[in-house]
Amino acid sequence: MTAAVEFQSVSRHFGRPNAPVKAVDAVDLTIAEGAFFAMLGPSGSGKTTCLRLISGFEKPTSGAIRIFGQDVSDVPPNRRSVNTVFQDYALFPHLNVRDNVAYGLMVKGMARRARYDRAEEMLSLVKLADYGDRKPAQLSGGQRQRVALARALVNEPRVLLLDEPLGALDLKLRETMQDELKSLQQRLGITFVFVTHDQNEALSMADSLAVFNKGKIAQIGTPAEIYAKPRTRFVADFVGSSNVLPPDLTALLGGPKQWASLRPENTRLAVPTAEASGTVTALRYLGASTRVLMQMNGTEIAVLVPAGQPLPNQGDVSGISFDAGSLHVMAVGLDGEA
Amino acid sequence: MMAHHSRSGANSDAAMIAILPERGLADRLTGLFWRKPKLLLALMITPPLLWLGVVYLGSLAALLLQSFYSIDEFSGMVVQEFTLKTYAELLRPANYDVIFRTLLMAAAVTVGCAILAFPIAYFAARFARGRWKAVFYLGIMLPLWSSYLVKVYAWKLILAKEGIITWAAEATQTSAVLDAILTLPVIGGNSLSTSYIGMFMVFTYVWLPYMILPMQASLERVPASMLEASADLGATRAQTLRTVILPLAMPGVIAGSIFTFSLTMGDYIIPQIVGNSANFIGMAVYQLQGTAGNIPLAAAFAVVPIVIMVIYLWLAKRAGAFDAL
Repeated sequence: MTAAVEFQSVSRHFGRPNAPVKAVDAVDLTIAEGAFFAMLGPSGSGKTTCLRLISGFEKPTSGAIRIFGQDVSDVPPNRRSVNTVFQDYALFPHLNVRDNVAYGLMVKGMARRARYDRAEEMLSLVKLADYGDRKPAQLSGGQRQRVALARALVNEPRVLLLDEPLGALDLKLRETMQDELKSLQQRLGITFVFVTHDQNEALSMADSLAVFNKGKIAQIGTPAEIYAKPRTRFVADFVGSSNVLPPDLTALLGGPKQWASLRPENTRLAVPTAEASGTVTALRYLGASTRVLMQMNGTEIAVLVPAGQPLPNQGDVSGISFDAGSLHVMAVGLDGEA
Repeated sequence: MMAHHSRSGANSDAAMIAILPERGLADRLTGLFWRKPKLLLALMITPPLLWLGVVYLGSLAALLLQSFYSIDEFSGMVVQEFTLKTYAELLRPANYDVIFRTLLMAAAVTVGCAILAFPIAYFAARFARGRWKAVFYLGIMLPLWSSYLVKVYAWKLILAKEGIITWAAEATQTSAVLDAILTLPVIGGNSLSTSYIGMFMVFTYVWLPYMILPMQASLERVPASMLEASADLGATRAQTLRTVILPLAMPGVIAGSIFTFSLTMGDYIIPQIVGNSANFIGMAVYQLQGTAGNIPLAAAFAVVPIVIMVIYLWLAKRAGAFDAL
């Protein structure tokens, strides 16, 4: 099967050639057809630039980008069979919802009747059937997002790009839209590529994801792989805010003298031992659990204590325990940041 | 808890804990305006409202009133009786020609300014940053700093038969082109400085900044993502220009065209200095209220641009030019 999107050593540098800012630095990436693919990373990690390289708003400084096997490095955005849902939705304020959705068909020369029919179909798909006559300014954030989605999908793209699609929505709406996007993707069967800095969103929606850091991909894999077996300290820390243990501390806790990660939810408070004890510095109540922060051997360790279990006080001295299988030893230095 | 008590004990005046001491008149005024927000608003807008209402709209009303009076043919005195006679006089061929000529020139200047201004405004809004932005503003504003009369006379010299354009045409062996342009019927003439073409050029030059600035402001408000969305949905550059950029920039274009259109309609100096001495509305007003002493007809002439602007704005609104506002 041909890959939907393929990056071959793609770089995008900004600024002066003698002191470039490497927004994307020699990235290799393959996105399978029909995948729900997430690009996850902090701001400035290169994930959005990667998305813009696929849509054609950025040109690679070097390397090749292929969409369904065809090299698109020299193809302008309007001739790529990909469509984008923009972060700010970028709906045209002077057009009503129907004309916004029909825009892509209009510029391709489809007759008014036909394109309005298609637009209405798409609006029903995103559950906005009666909103055709409204202006974008009369819609809520969630509705605008659906219009942006309909406007992109009406063109029957082979790859749909979503730039922080849920970033502007409130929590409740975000969760609903996550489910809807997921089921929409499964129904339409087209490849979704979405950019997010929210690790929960990436883990819950994507069937595979790439974690970006400093213009490079730190790790690619399924959500489960990345969560359970982070390859680097960065991934461990960024995805699920894992406890990152320096070699000394790993050894004190009974592991090998190597960098390791330990999930807060797999860690329990225990009676302090001579080797490993720490001082509780803060407690954060999260509802279903409480996040207990403690200083241990100069490293901050977080422990999630489920609701109903006894909590320590700030300043108490405590130890930790965990099942041996929870400690994940990392292959360090793989992306040059040990 | 003990520590807290001893601390508040040090502050003998209990009121000082919650309320800071007043620091004179400024604090007292701030307090007054905070309690009565409408007072500040009233203080701020009363003087300009008086100016606008009495001096500005008042004089406009006086003008309107004058236009409904007429002049006694024999005595030359203004008859202060309401009549539409003066307006009927506007329709006399000589006067009608003046209006039609001015209207055509104003329309041509507006279109010319819009076409010239768009690329400049687009560049400034989309690409100019930092120092280039400063260069842009300086370049646009600099001509406005020098005297209008000096600029117009300078243009007369540039366009004159012995001027730099004739000289440049000779030097580049393109005199034939210049002569061909000057032989065009109606808009041509003996030289550029005595033709409608020359007048059009001078008008376009002096009013261009008034088109560029509002256009640039409205283009700057079109987010880059809007243009990307258009391209993403398959539009060519020309389609994006027609269906996204122009409609969104239209309020600025209209604002600019109000300037260029009304400034051209009312100007009485350029048609005197450049061109073939044909009469324009501004000149007619100038002559009628001065030498001829026919204030009512001068007033009626002055009302014409106002009426035309109102019709223009109404048409623009109906065409949806302000939908993006």
